[in-house]
Amino acid sequence: MSNVSAPALRVSLRSVARRFEQPDGSQRTVLRDIELDIRAGEIVAILGPSGGGKSTMLRLVSGLDRADAGRVEIDGTPVAEVDQRSAVAFQEPRLLPWRTVERNVRLGLPRGTEPAAGRARVAELLRLMQLDAAVSLRPRQISGGMAQRASLARALARNPGVLLLDEPFGALDALTRLTMQDLLLEVHAVEPATILLVTHDVDEALVLADRIVLLGETPDAPGTGSTIRTILHVPGERPRDRAAAAIVELRSLLLEGLGVPSHHVSAP
Amino acid sequence: MGGGILPVALLIVWWAVTAAQLLPSYRLPSPAAVVQAAVDLQTNPLYPGALFRDIAISVQRVILGFLIGSLIGLVLGSLVGLSRTAEILLGPLLGAIRAVPSLAWMPLLLLYLGIFEPPKIVLITIGAIFPVFTTLSTALRHVDPHLVEVGRAFGLRRFELLTTVQLPAVLPSLVAGLRLALAQSWLFLVAAELISSSIGLGYLLSDSQNNSRVDRLFLAIILLAILGKSTDALIGLLERRLLKRWG
Repeated sequence: MSNVSAPALRVSLRSVARRFEQPDGSQRTVLRDIELDIRAGEIVAILGPSGGGKSTMLRLVSGLDRADAGRVEIDGTPVAEVDQRSAVAFQEPRLLPWRTVERNVRLGLPRGTEPAAGRARVAELLRLMQLDAAVSLRPRQISGGMAQRASLARALARNPGVLLLDEPFGALDALTRLTMQDLLLEVHAVEPATILLVTHDVDEALVLADRIVLLGETPDAPGTGSTIRTILHVPGERPRDRAAAAIVELRSLLLEGLGVPSHHVSAP
Repeated sequence: MGGGILPVALLIVWWAVTAAQLLPSYRLPSPAAVVQAAVDLQTNPLYPGALFRDIAISVQRVILGFLIGSLIGLVLGSLVGLSRTAEILLGPLLGAIRAVPSLAWMPLLLLYLGIFEPPKIVLITIGAIFPVFTTLSTALRHVDPHLVEVGRAFGLRRFELLTTVQLPAVLPSLVAGLRLALAQSWLFLVAAELISSSIGLGYLLSDSQNNSRVDRLFLAIILLAILGKSTDALIGLLERRLLKRWG
């Protein structure tokens, strides 16, 4: 494997808030008082109810969206508009349907990449993502899992210091999702970017993340916007045993935190 | 191949009707008479090469007007389709200009630009602008915002975003617009040449009408059909090349 990937970068959010204008002209707070430090190379999962500002938080770090208050920084400097130190993979693969898989991945290459180096990098990523056979196919000719891998390869082509994943496996079937989670961990071992991952899947968060950020409104102040409820450290080295006792405990804790009864009876 | 069946059948019926002399030849000339009319025009000792010159000048006018017009349509359509401000500023004005039947410009163009090439080419240009402008600006407004966001997320801005994401996404509409623009160009060519010209296929039409040369009228119409279809096929080729380039 070549050593072209950029070093992982740390991310910090300080008193971050984001409001959106409603159709009636009033302001609705989606996120408030977000304080979070992510170490370089760490994998952090954001969990929370839908509509709870998870994607908004990711978009703030990517620079696709701007905070109304507070500071969002990568490696100690504020994120620029569409910051090129990070790369995003969205919930939908969002491949350009008229381009081949290979040319779609090439779209992710940083500006000014030498053509030969770019081709080599794209070929390497396609191999890593097990897409060798799909290089010259169009997006409509490949499966959802392959399209999602191509989308991930495109994000990695940027050599991002921070990889932002917005429910990247959410639309996949359960088995493909498990395979993709393993693949993501393999990729992270080879290309250790900092990963910020939005998910609604508690188990996914438990398998992948070093820490899990639970986002949501405080029960005693509904309507004031989501903030960080808890940050949980996930014990154990990856790959993790999905059935380990500590993981099971954590799962029920998270489900309760999301307002879902876990029906879990703690072992005596 | 199947598309050739009806034209050939039509040619046979035409030939049969004239060979059986069901209609007088001053009403319906035979295919052979039309071919002869072409040869006569081309080899007339007074104006040698007149037919090719008519074809050449008409094709030149159409191509110039079409290229200039569709380029303007491309720029205006991109502006109005992508920018809210441009849409607010330009939309109503362009809509009003488009509402003027294009032939209404002709007298003014003749007064301002004289009787030679400029008024004809400008008229064809006006005819070619609007199909491209309208289809492109509408289609650009409906490009999948998810794809545009991907382009932005990977650092594409304005012009690059337009050529990498937005234009390829609307390629089918763009080609449809170009096809309409080309058909409009031929329409306005004939109109311009009928009104004021001394060479060209439109002139051949009006001159032949004045002299009751039905064979030459048939010749001009058939030539217009062949030229129109051939240039349309060129757009098809362009479409395939663009798909390959953007594919």
